[in-house]
Amino acid sequence: MVEHRPLSDFIAYAILTLGILIVAFPVWLAFVASTHDAATVVGGHMPATPGSQALENYYRAVFVGGSRTSREPVANMLINSFVSAIGIALGKIFISILSAYAVVYFRFPFRKTAFWIIFITLMLPVEVRIYPTYKVVADLKMLDTYAGLVLPLIASATGTLLFRQFFMTVPDELLEASRIDGAGPFRFFKDTLLPLSVTTMAALFVIQFIYGWNQYLWPLLITTKDSMQTIVIGIKKMLVSQDELAEWQLAMATAVLAMLPPVAVVIFMQRLFVRGLVQTEK
Amino acid sequence: MANVTLRNVRKTYPGGFEAIKGIDFEVGDGQFCVLVGPSGCGKSTLLRMVAGLETITGGQIDIGGRVVNEVEPADRDIAMVFQNYALYPHMSVYNNMAYGLRNRGMAEAEIKTRVSEAARILELSTMLERKPRQLSGGQRQRVAMGRAIVRQPKAFLFDEPLSNLDAKLRIAMRVEIRKLQRRLSTTSIYVTHDQLEAMTLADILVVMNAGVVEQIGNPLDIYQKPATTFVASFIGAPPMNLMPLQSDELKSQLPASEAGILGIRPEDFVITNENVAGGVALGLTVEAIEKVGAETFVYGSRQNVAQGVAANPGDLPPGEVIVRVPGAVGPAIGERIRAVAARDKLHLFSADGRKRVEI
Repeated sequence: MVEHRPLSDFIAYAILTLGILIVAFPVWLAFVASTHDAATVVGGHMPATPGSQALENYYRAVFVGGSRTSREPVANMLINSFVSAIGIALGKIFISILSAYAVVYFRFPFRKTAFWIIFITLMLPVEVRIYPTYKVVADLKMLDTYAGLVLPLIASATGTLLFRQFFMTVPDELLEASRIDGAGPFRFFKDTLLPLSVTTMAALFVIQFIYGWNQYLWPLLITTKDSMQTIVIGIKKMLVSQDELAEWQLAMATAVLAMLPPVAVVIFMQRLFVRGLVQTEK
Repeated sequence: MANVTLRNVRKTYPGGFEAIKGIDFEVGDGQFCVLVGPSGCGKSTLLRMVAGLETITGGQIDIGGRVVNEVEPADRDIAMVFQNYALYPHMSVYNNMAYGLRNRGMAEAEIKTRVSEAARILELSTMLERKPRQLSGGQRQRVAMGRAIVRQPKAFLFDEPLSNLDAKLRIAMRVEIRKLQRRLSTTSIYVTHDQLEAMTLADILVVMNAGVVEQIGNPLDIYQKPATTFVASFIGAPPMNLMPLQSDELKSQLPASEAGILGIRPEDFVITNENVAGGVALGLTVEAIEKVGAETFVYGSRQNVAQGVAANPGDLPPGEVIVRVPGAVGPAIGERIRAVAARDKLHLFSADGRKRVEI
């Protein structure tokens, strides 16, 4: 039993508050910068409170785009990011749950080998296999397409492992009861395993959505058209300009917008997410 | 309604381990057959072979006149109740019972009739919309029974269905299962390691040990005339006292025979100084006493017999004898008593314990 003494409570809260401040301050700064005009931000004396240009900055960022640098409105980038993040998350759930089902429930020759091959891909993230992957995607003519953004990032072992661990905790009797109840492999999967996996799927969705959303290196390599760039690339491009001042207020507005979807996903799926990772109740 | 017949059924695992070594028996239409034995004796494996969850490596299993060796579990027309109930956690009680019927393409109206009828019998009518996790252990057990009943199968298979319940509920459910089975008169095979469950439920009792059948019969016959020392010590609690016939003290009290082991049930002793004609008397020193209320168990060590260590955990050490005394009054610890058993209460076995010898 932990004792509740005023002093220890105070210290605990102080440390937590400090932590929050350290994390939140840059975010706050980005938000403040997105509400002032360009001159104020660049001038070196930016106030710590929001200014009056918020509406105009966000309108320009979302619908017009930085006129001098990235040329593309953020709305389009948001859509690109959204499509690829959702595609990666759903695609990963789809192939992981099927491969885990095969590995856990079916006895076929080289089952162990298949599992270990999947497992070994954990050691090969995109960054390691980037050249061959690029070559394959280029040869398949998937550069500058959603398929090219999504497919290479779907194939990895994390999801398979997560589902495998979950499936192994499902009692065998459930499968046997299904067999006696006349459910074949597909029915068992659809009627029993899928509904039981909802929380695990939610957990994987949250992780993979954020992973997909934050991708930088891969989209940078394979997207050359402005119309295909994701928001993370967009922010980067806004800050690089040859002979003009970067439009910091627009970059910051974009950064704030880029933060919102992952935050929303975490907030709305938090309960499922936590249950999916710590679940013991069957 | 059907007979279940096993003919020389064998199970050998790929590693060469022989779990079931040739078993024959028949469960008649509407009979309640109980497979009982210690853990690892193969009783659950045998039941799962009947269900079709384990392959049969030898012999034949026949349900309702049809050989089912190669038939899928769903097509064997059996229903099974599992030890952990195996209810679908995400489905309501209603859907748990309806699932197997839906998979068979039964009309929703017929499903509804059957499920409501089963729910009524099992007193689950008010809980049909609940999820299994909202039910108590006994209620889950009933849902599992309901799932079996609605199918109206040829046979019910029970795999230790009561062992997850607490002692009181277990007794209540035991009686309920028996009543239900009588009422539906569906052929049933029930696996348990609890000899009390076995005795009270069975029409036919099959005592198994290490993959073979030790004895098959009516429970009371088995209790009264155990065929081997294994059955003698397994059926009945506390177990039958088994004494090797080495000492002159015992031999001199019995007519000469080929028997090598004498067995006497604790409840067949009387503590008395009188002699019973043809009976056996043992001199005991009281070592321990267990008072249960209605009866008292006296643990005595035999005088003139070397004390030893039990061969198996759970067995009585050689030289120790249990005597049951009715009521709560028994001898005191350290007291010397004389326990006598009448002639017709004696069980004699061959020296290896594999054969019963009639007096």
